[in-house]
Amino acid sequence: MKAMTGTRGLVLNEPFLWEQGARGRTCFSMPRRDVDPCPLKDELVGQGPDFPDLSEVDLVRHYTRLSTWNFGVDTGMYPLGSCTMKYNPKINEKMASLPGFAGAHPLLPAELCQGVLKLMYDLEKYLAEITGLPAVTLQPAAGAHGELTGMLIFHAFFKARNQQRSKILIPDTAHGTNPASAALCGFKSIPVASNDQGVLAPEEVAELMDEETAGIMITNPNTLGLFEDNIKKIAGIVHAKGGLVYADGANMNAIMGIVDMSKSGVDILHLNLHKTFATPHGGGGPGSGPVCVTKNLEKFLPVPRVIHQNGDYTLTYDCPESIGKLHAFYGNFGVQIKAYSYILSMGAELKKASQLAVLNANYIKEELKSVFHLPYDRACMHECVFTDKFQKPYKVTTLDIAKRLMDYGFHPPTIYFPLVVHGALMIEPTETESKTSIDLFIAALKAIAKEARESPELLHEAPRNPKMRRLDETIAARKPCLAG
Amino acid sequence: MRYLPHTDEEIAAMLQKAGAMDLDDLFSGIPEDCRRGRDLDLPEPFTEWELNQHMAVLSGKMAVSPEYKIFLGAGSYEHYIPEVIKQLLARSEFYTAYTPYQPEISQGTLQAIYEYQTLTTRLLGLDVANASLYDGASGLAEALLMAIRITGRKKVAVAGSIHPFYRKVVQTYLAPTGCEIVEIPYLANGKTDLTRLPDLADLAGIAVQSPNFFGCIEDLDLIGREIHSDPKTLFVVTFTEPLAYGILKNPGSLGADIACGEGQSFGIPQSFGGPGLGMFAAKKRFMRNMPGRLVGKTKDENGNRGFVLTLATREQHIRREKATSNICSNQGLCATAAAMYMAALGRTGLRELARLNHDKAEYLKNQLQQAGFTIPFDTPTFNEFVVKFPAGFETTHKKLLAKKIVAGLDLSLYYPELIDHYLLSVTETSSKEDMDALIKEIQA
Repeated sequence: MKAMTGTRGLVLNEPFLWEQGARGRTCFSMPRRDVDPCPLKDELVGQGPDFPDLSEVDLVRHYTRLSTWNFGVDTGMYPLGSCTMKYNPKINEKMASLPGFAGAHPLLPAELCQGVLKLMYDLEKYLAEITGLPAVTLQPAAGAHGELTGMLIFHAFFKARNQQRSKILIPDTAHGTNPASAALCGFKSIPVASNDQGVLAPEEVAELMDEETAGIMITNPNTLGLFEDNIKKIAGIVHAKGGLVYADGANMNAIMGIVDMSKSGVDILHLNLHKTFATPHGGGGPGSGPVCVTKNLEKFLPVPRVIHQNGDYTLTYDCPESIGKLHAFYGNFGVQIKAYSYILSMGAELKKASQLAVLNANYIKEELKSVFHLPYDRACMHECVFTDKFQKPYKVTTLDIAKRLMDYGFHPPTIYFPLVVHGALMIEPTETESKTSIDLFIAALKAIAKEARESPELLHEAPRNPKMRRLDETIAARKPCLAG
Repeated sequence: MRYLPHTDEEIAAMLQKAGAMDLDDLFSGIPEDCRRGRDLDLPEPFTEWELNQHMAVLSGKMAVSPEYKIFLGAGSYEHYIPEVIKQLLARSEFYTAYTPYQPEISQGTLQAIYEYQTLTTRLLGLDVANASLYDGASGLAEALLMAIRITGRKKVAVAGSIHPFYRKVVQTYLAPTGCEIVEIPYLANGKTDLTRLPDLADLAGIAVQSPNFFGCIEDLDLIGREIHSDPKTLFVVTFTEPLAYGILKNPGSLGADIACGEGQSFGIPQSFGGPGLGMFAAKKRFMRNMPGRLVGKTKDENGNRGFVLTLATREQHIRREKATSNICSNQGLCATAAAMYMAALGRTGLRELARLNHDKAEYLKNQLQQAGFTIPFDTPTFNEFVVKFPAGFETTHKKLLAKKIVAGLDLSLYYPELIDHYLLSVTETSSKEDMDALIKEIQA
């Protein structure tokens, strides 16, 4: 077995920002004062925030040390299920920082910002081509923001028909944000159970779908990593009752160049550019969650829309049936640039990316199913879900396995999700992991399964290598301390 | 393709293990009627060098500083960003990590966000701040939804001097809730006066922006006292320029229950309007009703100080439809940038920079007045203000574009009654020379 990457090294402690510095130090090159002081009225002036004064070296050391306590995709394999932690190409970072983009004011007259408008217009076009849904908005700032956009379109669609529908179907294998997004638009979520194959049965949907129900929010491939192969039939059932089909496209990385969402019967789909299109997740954003819809629903998309007429690009607000605006400007444009660069770098090879993502997941599934319980033993898409059932006799849980993986040098998979599986370990390797790193990951999990049998205390006490041992989440929630 | 590491031999070996004949075979479970009929019709893959060229052309078609002198603010401000911030944010341990679900190996992100939350509470004068929301506009919408949740009331009021796009986002978010939105007209001095609000009763919350869209500093103290004549109603203060609080009294000290707004000014490039930063803070008693992620302090098994995501029972993945918000990914890296910026300036620097912004804007305002133009709103401003130009200024504005000067924003687009009124913004990046040139060209 090759040596595992996990090890210990010198890690430095670092106090809070406000425990450092000295009044009068500075880290900022103050611009020249070329005008006279002009004091504000006393009654308007406050004391100013109690910030520390630091030097440039203080600041650099502080954040450099903090960064070493983090694990990122650049550190190692990050198989976080349904999060698509693929490699974030460096060139895309540079593209987003080009002065013409980074310095662009959002209210520039159209003739002075043709470059960004063309980029947005073309990105919409490419996403339409990839999904099969012809009309796209780039405005939502993240996946859940895209879901909200979709639900607002549901609401506007029924309102335009003088209908008010109160319910929405949400399968037990959908993403966790779905019910919250639907609730914001007044829809009560009706859970739909998946069948023993881990997918939705059309009969189940037919039973629940009625004319009080706005439609269905379906994650495809679902969070078990399985393709909802009855999607077309299900869409037919929903449409027959006048409902709409929303697809959560967070797992689009499995099916680029293979599935046509429009042909599958989907009316609205959101994408996560920070998953499928290789933009970095930033330790919690910024993301970007474009929404793609059918021609019929285009009129409801948020304003402004980018249009192309007589060779010029402009933004138009002239969309009377639009749901309105979800962001002050046009969403996370800086993230859109990175996704655009990625798509141009990949071209039709996006299909190959999906194929290899699915290959990696199936390979892991086959390699590990003898040591970890695989609740749905069938071909998977881009992720596979195991459980801790085989480790139960040794009193080892999914959490222990996840924490022990850190010691071996890997980020743990998504754990305890989806809820349909007890003690889930949801592994999404992505296509950018080579066979070499995947084999090492498999070897680590096999070693952990052996440890679970022979010395389970190693798992209970894990992790040992990171800077911190397990943290007490109960105290954090019971006596919240949110600021220093 | 350099992002796809598999060799043909490796693919063959892996396919064999997976029990598939070829790559297409992996997808045999997908029904025919869901499949694309044709290959992806996308441009031929660009090499890195072609991409560089292509993007240079696109970005070259943009009017940006320093070639252009842009006196536009209105929710997006040109400020210098120290190189240290760019360099530190480029540490890929920060930017290639996910949301910190596994705290033992995410302490860098977690402490950085905890520090951001702390500096934000100090800036805004409130007790608790979240880890960020998408932007200022959606933050305001979330604040009003929060007020509706807390009070159980179905009506909110927003000042007409709030950024028009923010009001539009509020309308969009509230549309399906059936809640009523009352708009408070602005006065001749550009400020908000609650006496203009027909009926204060039964309001969940009242939102006011300061400095407002016209750049005017509102009498938050007075407004707050009036709002709190009904102890249930929440006073929401929003902002587009947080730098103002380097010198102005903060919203918390003036009675705000929630303060929320856009943090782009703090070390985040303008990037055509996003990504920005939704800053959000509230009084402690509303903590459990707050939307968004929260980082809290705790200890590990050895008793060492550490941080975790906390109060998750408010959130979508646990509370599902009863969550305080549906937000999941936020603007984590932008919040980190803002914390770096606040720390880079410190109290002393922030104050001096705020003064410089104010004084420069005053310089331009005075010069315009001396040149005979009208300043219609007789109210103190921070780094932007409204000017009324003579009828037909539109033509001059266009002519100036050709001279690479953007002379503010035409307010009649958003306020039809404000014909020939323009909103001009001046930050530390505008030199006296640039401002003198602007005056000269306007008069030419």
